Amino acid sequence: MSETSMAGTEGATVQPQLREVPAVRMEAVYKHYGDFTALNEVDLKVAKGEKIVVCGPSGSGKSTLIRCINHIEKHDEGLIYVNGVELDHQRKNIDAVRRDTGMVFQSFNLFPHMTVLENCTLAPMTANGMSESEAKDLAMHFLTKVRIPDQAEKFPGQLSGGQQQRVAIARALCMRPKIMLFDEPTSALDPEMVKEVLETMKKLAEEGMTMLCVTHEMGFAREVADRIVFMNEGKVVEQAAPEEFFKHPKSERARTFLDQIIH
Amino acid sequence: MSHFSPTAAVSYFFNYFLMKGVLVTIGLTVAAVVGGLVLGMGIALLRMSSNPVLAGAARFYIWFFRGTPLLIQLVVIYSGLPQLGIKFSVITCALVGLILNEAAYLAEIVRSGFMAVSAGQREAAWALSLSPWVTFRRVTLPQAFRLMIPPLGNSINSLLKATSLASVISVEELMRRSDMLMQEHFQILEVYAAATAYYLILTSVWDAVQRRLEKHFGRSSAVKTRRVAASAPVAQASVEARA
Repeated sequence: MSETSMAGTEGATVQPQLREVPAVRMEAVYKHYGDFTALNEVDLKVAKGEKIVVCGPSGSGKSTLIRCINHIEKHDEGLIYVNGVELDHQRKNIDAVRRDTGMVFQSFNLFPHMTVLENCTLAPMTANGMSESEAKDLAMHFLTKVRIPDQAEKFPGQLSGGQQQRVAIARALCMRPKIMLFDEPTSALDPEMVKEVLETMKKLAEEGMTMLCVTHEMGFAREVADRIVFMNEGKVVEQAAPEEFFKHPKSERARTFLDQIIH
Repeated sequence: MSHFSPTAAVSYFFNYFLMKGVLVTIGLTVAAVVGGLVLGMGIALLRMSSNPVLAGAARFYIWFFRGTPLLIQLVVIYSGLPQLGIKFSVITCALVGLILNEAAYLAEIVRSGFMAVSAGQREAAWALSLSPWVTFRRVTLPQAFRLMIPPLGNSINSLLKATSLASVISVEELMRRSDMLMQEHFQILEVYAAATAYYLILTSVWDAVQRRLEKHFGRSSAVKTRRVAASAPVAQASVEARA
């Protein structure tokens, strides 16, 4: 890069950070399941602090896209960088990326045999070597933030879906991630519980968290997203600011998609 | 002699010689369960391994020991192996046979338990940077174990009764000692009534223990988790179909 050579006069060993490293950078990423192409030459760049909503019809590769970012799915071809670390299937890089990212799943995936508090303290204690009292303080801090500190001693099965999902968010935050990945976080919820989860996510967005959300909640997208990424058949078909995307979708596929979901 | 003597049956029940046989039966069962679980766990891990040679070896083991009668296995170990110069004591023969056989059944139970833990649990563990050991020890094993208890209970019940086959290779457990008493006194119904009572007591005690275990390990599970667990084999199947 020309920037590097220009900086050479200053001192060659210093890596000039003229432009900030993006939170996520994907270049020509492919993912196949047998004959099915889940991701088809996907390019995506997410700046630090940016909020992205990924939408598209089912089977379009939205979930696969964000599941590749923390290597829960292995991409087959292409490059993925997370905070400058290349996801190249090496253990130490995968670990580094997973430490930087938190994930919230559609089906919550809380550990059903542990209390809410234990769900939140397990990773800080075992993966970060925190003491039990430190981990408990941390967990209570985030449980308070998602407004359910009073449920700490209950088991996940005793909570409502909305409460479980908020616990899942708190559990992920306990690892102090720099990027949060949401995989249809409200799709498994009863309608009256969607709001409490979205409110929690909005609060997180206001605090400057980098977020990638796969969701069909277009109200949330309009309000929170900096950019909408629309996918179809494994490809990123278009990306635009919400205003632009909802008013003037460029592709025919996005137009029919929006007609279907906005009543 | 066309009558049944209840007092004789009761006296056989309290017969010291027979009671010692009961202890041997219990000992054989406990040892075979512990040994079978350790070996079975190992075989289950091999069976789930992505290495086709290891998985194939485990599959062969399970196929072989579940596909042949325990009686033949015991007789081969006791009478057949000495022909090859391999000799064990009677009790060792019984234990080896019971453990090898039980391990094949338990391996399948362990494997199905792990497969029934939803893939989402492992994904959540990865996303949280948990190490493979912590994921196994704290996330998957406790959930798999809870699912294993009912089939495990069944298998142990069968095993308890299957120890009677060791009588054929002259292990003096409950069945063998009943035979010995019977041959001495010819009170067939009375002796076997006592033995039957002992087997029923042992299996009933185990039933009670199993219920306690189910209650203990099921305490945190609510409707939600059962639903997730129930849908897991389907999810697993689709993952396998993809791979």
